Amino acid sequence: MSKLKLIIQREFIAKVRNKSFIMMTFLSPILMIGMGFLVVFLMKKNDEKIKDIVYVDNSGMFSKEDFKDTKTIHYEDYTALGAEETKKKVEDGNYYGALIIPKQDSLELLAKSIEFYSKDSPGMSLMEALENKIEQKIRNSKLTNFGMDLDKIEASKINTDIKMFNFSGEESSKLINGLKIGLGSIAGYLLMMFVIIYGNSVMRSVIEEKTSRIIEVIVSSVKPFQLMMGKIIGNASAGLLQFFIWGILLLIITTIASAVFGVDIVEMQAARVPSEQVEAAKQAIEPDKMQVLIQEILRLPILKMFILFIFYFLGGFMLYSSLFAAVGAAVDNETDTQQFMLPIMMPLMLGIYVGFATVMNDPHGSIAVLFSYIPFTSPIVMLMRVPFGVAWYELAISMAILLATFIFMVWLAAKIYRVGILMYGKKPTYKDLYKWLKYKG
Amino acid sequence: MKNLLEINNVVKKYGDFTALNDVSLNIPKGSVFGLLGPNGAGKTSLIRIVNQITMPDSGSIILDGEALAPHHTAQIGYLPEERGLYKSMKVGEQALYLAQLKGLSKAEAKKRLKYWFDKFDISAWWNKKIEELSKGMAQKVQFIVTVMHNPKLLIFDEPFSGFDPINAQLIAKEILQLRDEGATIIFSTHRMESVEEMCDEIALINKSNKILDGKLDDIKRQFKTHTFQVGLNTDNPTEVKNKLKENFEVYPSNFKLLNDSLTMNVKLTEGNTANNLLSFLTSRGEVQHFVELIPSANDIFIQAINKNI
Repeated sequence: MSKLKLIIQREFIAKVRNKSFIMMTFLSPILMIGMGFLVVFLMKKNDEKIKDIVYVDNSGMFSKEDFKDTKTIHYEDYTALGAEETKKKVEDGNYYGALIIPKQDSLELLAKSIEFYSKDSPGMSLMEALENKIEQKIRNSKLTNFGMDLDKIEASKINTDIKMFNFSGEESSKLINGLKIGLGSIAGYLLMMFVIIYGNSVMRSVIEEKTSRIIEVIVSSVKPFQLMMGKIIGNASAGLLQFFIWGILLLIITTIASAVFGVDIVEMQAARVPSEQVEAAKQAIEPDKMQVLIQEILRLPILKMFILFIFYFLGGFMLYSSLFAAVGAAVDNETDTQQFMLPIMMPLMLGIYVGFATVMNDPHGSIAVLFSYIPFTSPIVMLMRVPFGVAWYELAISMAILLATFIFMVWLAAKIYRVGILMYGKKPTYKDLYKWLKYKG
Repeated sequence: MKNLLEINNVVKKYGDFTALNDVSLNIPKGSVFGLLGPNGAGKTSLIRIVNQITMPDSGSIILDGEALAPHHTAQIGYLPEERGLYKSMKVGEQALYLAQLKGLSKAEAKKRLKYWFDKFDISAWWNKKIEELSKGMAQKVQFIVTVMHNPKLLIFDEPFSGFDPINAQLIAKEILQLRDEGATIIFSTHRMESVEEMCDEIALINKSNKILDGKLDDIKRQFKTHTFQVGLNTDNPTEVKNKLKENFEVYPSNFKLLNDSLTMNVKLTEGNTANNLLSFLTSRGEVQHFVELIPSANDIFIQAINKNI
């Protein structure tokens, strides 16, 4: 058996047998999904509580029709009691708040002089709902004052819905864009997390060999480069294994959970969006649109995305973990690593930020394209762009640059690694690392 | 082929620092070769070059007639001074892994490990983790993984550190037995008494240069000062001493004899032989003690280094 294979095998087994690996692999999807359900559950619970709001309408503009109870708010008319008495009553009693509408000469003044009193500071959504209600009423009054017919205005309202097609004649829905952003973000974020977690694990493994002093025994049998590559590949395999297990677990748990608790996935995702938008979305999805959406999902390049995820994961991981390995070799213990970690973490963070900032607005904009070529950010940014469809030549350029950089960085890191693993004592500086690069053999 | 290992004009520099300056050594097949020198002299650099952990800047190394190449790692066993094993890995798995890295097949490695584990009576440790073993126990495992692939060349850097005297003796016996079975051994240590006991040849390295090498006996002959330790039973010690000083150099000596005798160290001067000294002594009294002083490895080490400074 070749030595590299032996090393990969050892590193893989050492990693996979580790208790924290097992915990992370099997517990985190359960935790994640558990959290998801908890959030949905809590949101439902939260909405169930009805707020009692009393109002005093001194202007006489509003009617009972305007203050109809909703699912979460119950209105009561206290106009007869007067503003001061009502405020006192709310302060002492079990009411959520009091809306005071004074009498004013003009609508403009009225719009600015309405007050809301409450014991707790009210949520944004509640205030928005109240403001919308009043705004609409005042606007309608003004329109009537201008001599316009409200019914006609109502009748003139029209809902435009531009249907989107691509040139192969398939209709696409707008919702799918959100889905694409979601998928891309998850892939990019996941990749960053994997690179950090497994890169750190490579680094710790190098430090462990140094502190336990087995390193000299090992490098008298194998080349340092083989050891470093074995470590990187072994850890990458463990990472892929974890990724696959997560995928499978996620599928199983979601299926079981939705069957048992009756929370379906669409609703779970909808729960994160403010309720009004959900209403809008629900209206938007008419039966035939739903079909378009499903077709669209089926047409998403799932396989391509999956393969590209694996490629960019491996490419990005090897690029970064060779740096992690070099850092591990340069120091004697984990506390000394910090000064070298910043330059490694920066481009990763940059990738995520640039990805979120640019890809969402315009997946094919020049910044997004640029950063999907730069090898230190390309794994993250390109993965975010992939769901929107990326031209094959762009992919080819990005992958080629990543591959070339990865080979160069591994070569560079191996030089530092080779010298560093046998150096003890003094904490090295960047200048030392540069010197090591020039050592022969 | 007389020499197993030939090191020719090896130079190794780290930046501006020269770790080895034109060092050449010949290590005969089947010998125990002592590689000696003060801390920081360059021994470890040389050993790492032989192990191909680092490459020399210039010079060549010939192992058993072939230029040193990557496949030779299987023929070399190396016990570094700073040693260790994977702490959380089981003894057996670890030994198997290291054996396979040295090119043994898994089955062969198992067979050899069983032999050694039985020999050292440590089979019960197979499934223990290294962190559960004492330092001495871990050292035994380390010794086994160094020798189990039957290498032609064994390099031991301070092999006895961490062993109690009983286990140190056991290891010394094993090392000599390996030599008798045909292995060549490079032995680096600061414990000069074990150099006396074990080494056939030595080389002394100081400040990146080789300053001395050869058979231990030859070097001792070279370093002896023709001084004799003398014990004489005589009625008139002062007179004998003064008479001696006319022809020899006399130094005080600090050994003890059972009866009340004159004791001293006498160094032969030019033109005198041991027999001249002996016949003079016998004419003056009863010779109780007459031994040539042979320098110990320790004396040689200190003398050579001091001269070199």
